[in-house]
Amino acid sequence: MYVAVKGGEQAILSSYQLLDRQRRGDQTVPELSIAQIRQQMKLAVDRVMTEGSVFDPELAALAIKQACGDLVEAIFLLRAYRATLPRLGSTKPIDTSKMILDRRISATFKDLPGGQVLGPTYDYTQRLLDFSLLERNEDVPLALASQATDPTITSTTEVPRVIDLLNQEGLIETHLAPENDVSPFDLTRHPVRFPADRSTRLQNLARGDEGFLLAMAYSTQRGYANSHPFVGEIRLGSVAIELVPDELGFAISIGDIEITECQMINQFAGSKTEPPQFTRGYGLAFGHSERKAMAMSLVDRALRAEELGETVQSPAQMPEFVLSHSDSLEASGFVQHLKLPHYVDFQSELELVRKMRLGAKDTETSQDDSGVEHE
Amino acid sequence: MVTSRTAPILRATKLTKRYGQRTALIDASFELWSGEVLAIVGESGSGKSTLLNVLAARDRPDAGTVEFQLKDGTISDVFQMTEAQRRLLARTDWGFVHQNSADGLRMDVSAGANVGERLMALGDRHYGQLRATACDWLARVEIDPSRVDDLPKHFSGGMRQRLQIARNLVTRPRLVFMDEPTSGLDVSVQAKLLDLLRQLTQQMDLASVIVTHDLAVARLLAHRMIVMQRGRIVETGLTDQVLDDPQHPYTQLLVSSVLQP
Amino acid sequence: MNDIEKGLTSVDALTRSNENQGVSQHFNFAYLDERTKRMIRRAVLKAVGIPGYQVPFGSREMPLPYGWGTGGIQVTASVIGPDDILKVIDQGSDDTVNAVNIRRFFQRTTNVEITTYTQAATLIQTRHRIPEMPLREDQVIIYQVPVPEPMQRLEPRERETRSLHGLAEYGLMHVKLYEDVARYGHIATTYDYPVLVNHRYVMAPSPIPKFDNPKMHMNPALQLFGAGREKRIYAVPPYTTVESLGFEDYPFEVQQWEAPCEICGSRSSFLDEVITDDSGGRIFVCSDSDYCQSRQSSAEQNLPAQTSGHSNGK
Repeated sequence: MYVAVKGGEQAILSSYQLLDRQRRGDQTVPELSIAQIRQQMKLAVDRVMTEGSVFDPELAALAIKQACGDLVEAIFLLRAYRATLPRLGSTKPIDTSKMILDRRISATFKDLPGGQVLGPTYDYTQRLLDFSLLERNEDVPLALASQATDPTITSTTEVPRVIDLLNQEGLIETHLAPENDVSPFDLTRHPVRFPADRSTRLQNLARGDEGFLLAMAYSTQRGYANSHPFVGEIRLGSVAIELVPDELGFAISIGDIEITECQMINQFAGSKTEPPQFTRGYGLAFGHSERKAMAMSLVDRALRAEELGETVQSPAQMPEFVLSHSDSLEASGFVQHLKLPHYVDFQSELELVRKMRLGAKDTETSQDDSGVEHE
Repeated sequence: MVTSRTAPILRATKLTKRYGQRTALIDASFELWSGEVLAIVGESGSGKSTLLNVLAARDRPDAGTVEFQLKDGTISDVFQMTEAQRRLLARTDWGFVHQNSADGLRMDVSAGANVGERLMALGDRHYGQLRATACDWLARVEIDPSRVDDLPKHFSGGMRQRLQIARNLVTRPRLVFMDEPTSGLDVSVQAKLLDLLRQLTQQMDLASVIVTHDLAVARLLAHRMIVMQRGRIVETGLTDQVLDDPQHPYTQLLVSSVLQP
Repeated sequence: MNDIEKGLTSVDALTRSNENQGVSQHFNFAYLDERTKRMIRRAVLKAVGIPGYQVPFGSREMPLPYGWGTGGIQVTASVIGPDDILKVIDQGSDDTVNAVNIRRFFQRTTNVEITTYTQAATLIQTRHRIPEMPLREDQVIIYQVPVPEPMQRLEPRERETRSLHGLAEYGLMHVKLYEDVARYGHIATTYDYPVLVNHRYVMAPSPIPKFDNPKMHMNPALQLFGAGREKRIYAVPPYTTVESLGFEDYPFEVQQWEAPCEICGSRSSFLDEVITDDSGGRIFVCSDSDYCQSRQSSAEQNLPAQTSGHSNGK
């Protein structure tokens, strides 16, 4: 006598226990602390903050710990947390020209006011596994670089942006604030409808999965929408967040955040009456996230194809394609939802196939699927 | 059908279209009468395709009007209509045959579905009848009706064009636009297609605007023709008259450069 | 009161009301903040006003992943009240892990009464099935929807499908059905079978088997549909016409089984196939666990067996 399978609830509770055990691992090994993750896995924390859309390194580190290092899962945790937080106000736009720089490079000029500051980067390392890291050498203090390496850049130096330098000659397109300077669309509160304006697109890209954006950006460099890009400038450092409370009527700083900004300079456009100018792509991310900021800037530029009168031919230039598939939560959720029971749908399909096979056996099929016919 | 013979079925008045700094069409005007075939002739860059696209409401002009005589006899400004009205018109009373048949067909559904689509969009819900109608039309455009379930991607270029024609004519439109309908086809295939078009336009009393760079197509199909150069209409008149006795220097050039058999 | 004060005051008030409810003070009642619930309710009202039309809404990230029922959960969270009695099913069963998970979520965040009895529920959240027992006017059924756009597989661009719906241009859908008949001799869609609602909008009923489609027609209950990932809400108000697409000569047909349910003997419910041994032996049992159970108990008490009250092939 068949008895229906029961025990779904118990199964879930058991799975929680197994998950806890997996997360903790071997109990003889010291437990990871949030502080350790925050300090020593900074780049993971930065990515989770960027795609989680919350600047809070501690929460991001917590999410990483809870997710056993699965960054997409950690991003999900942070987003879910963010979703129901009360909105207290909006800040003024950040001013990256006033950034306190840790790193600043430009590929378009050999030298420039403010200089090229390499900062902390993997770019010029050799990717050889450093086995000395296998041992924890707490007794041997690291020969750490002192904080102020470059005497030309101090916290009070304002380093002009490359974009602004090019702009002095009118060589690069400028984007003025729109009339009445309306608030940007908030896609975490309202659904995106197409066509989406640039501000909405940039929000989507900022939150978008780094891997996906990287692939899309790469495709634009390989002939799927060529735009001859150059890194105008990459800046890494901290900027002040300012708010104007109603009671005061002037701006106050509520803290600093670390951001990475990429200004990509792309091929020029012009017409019979307008002189040619360079066009731009923009990328921005929390923390030290260059790959993300650069990929974002290439995709931003590609998505401007229609606006700039270019033929839309490849996926990276199609806003609906890029923006609908960039969110790791949506993508991961839907891909993985295939694990959910689908036996009722499958049952229907099973029957249909059986029925069709029965039908095929009975009747003679003379579907002539021949090739091209000549006249 | 109350199509008035005293008013044209289509009237273009001073149509102008610019793309950025380039003016593709300047002050184009003409009238088309029901049952009449009009050829628009010119070299590439003459503006003939632009004119066709504006007439068929696929592109909006920067100046000028397009007026169409509806089934009940009223004259309607095409660009004053709502998008919904224009789209309905495009699916019922108008036809558009593309140069590249892949643009005018659904390549991965059967010939029958291609022909039946407009009828289904209008509410026909009987599969058997839809299929029978499709078979009927395939025969009329000289495609073997047994191919009704085959996909257009397995058809030759000529067959695809004929399928495209069937797909458009199934709702008995009164006006059909054609963009270089025979280009890219073998000469003998072209001849057959032109013959078919001539038959169908006569049988169905179709008004038609055909863009072509081939004077022979104009000669064979069109009652009247328009010659375009650099965005302007430089000559218009009865086809035979224009071709046998061209007045404008450009037309004279065109005509003289065609090899006579 | 400025925005900041308003925000803090409402958080305060809600925490207090939660404590009265017995719900953890870390969440608002039903998890979502009140502003979000209001936004969703407005979308629901609009949806009810335009039966079958997909209303875009600002879907939030929920503690369950997109694709796992967040749309249904957000709609339920926005309409649920402390006096509601909630039933959650997946594939017709109260006990599949997904149903259990969602039910637990609502227990934690609302503390409302939970039931497995269809007839006792005021709110039913479902994935991929409609309960066999007929619903009543005082009930609301909320469907989890993966793909709200019925034409998505034929035309992935939302910009385009929006126009098609607006102009009621559904030729594309019928082309697909025509093609099925031409190729297979019958329509080859077995679940998520497209329907015409209120003689106007073509709608995706969610991946319920086509067997369930007739239940949506003129149903006394309010039917709400939530797609969280795709950010759309739609509705079928009570007593609305819902017609499955088809041809006059190839009309919509429901599935039939040869054998009755192995457990309760029902010949009118949707049956799941269960493989019972290594040699591929199989039996068929009701997908709707509550329905099967109640028929069993009626049989044990020698009461007349309940039928689903829906005739096949309607």
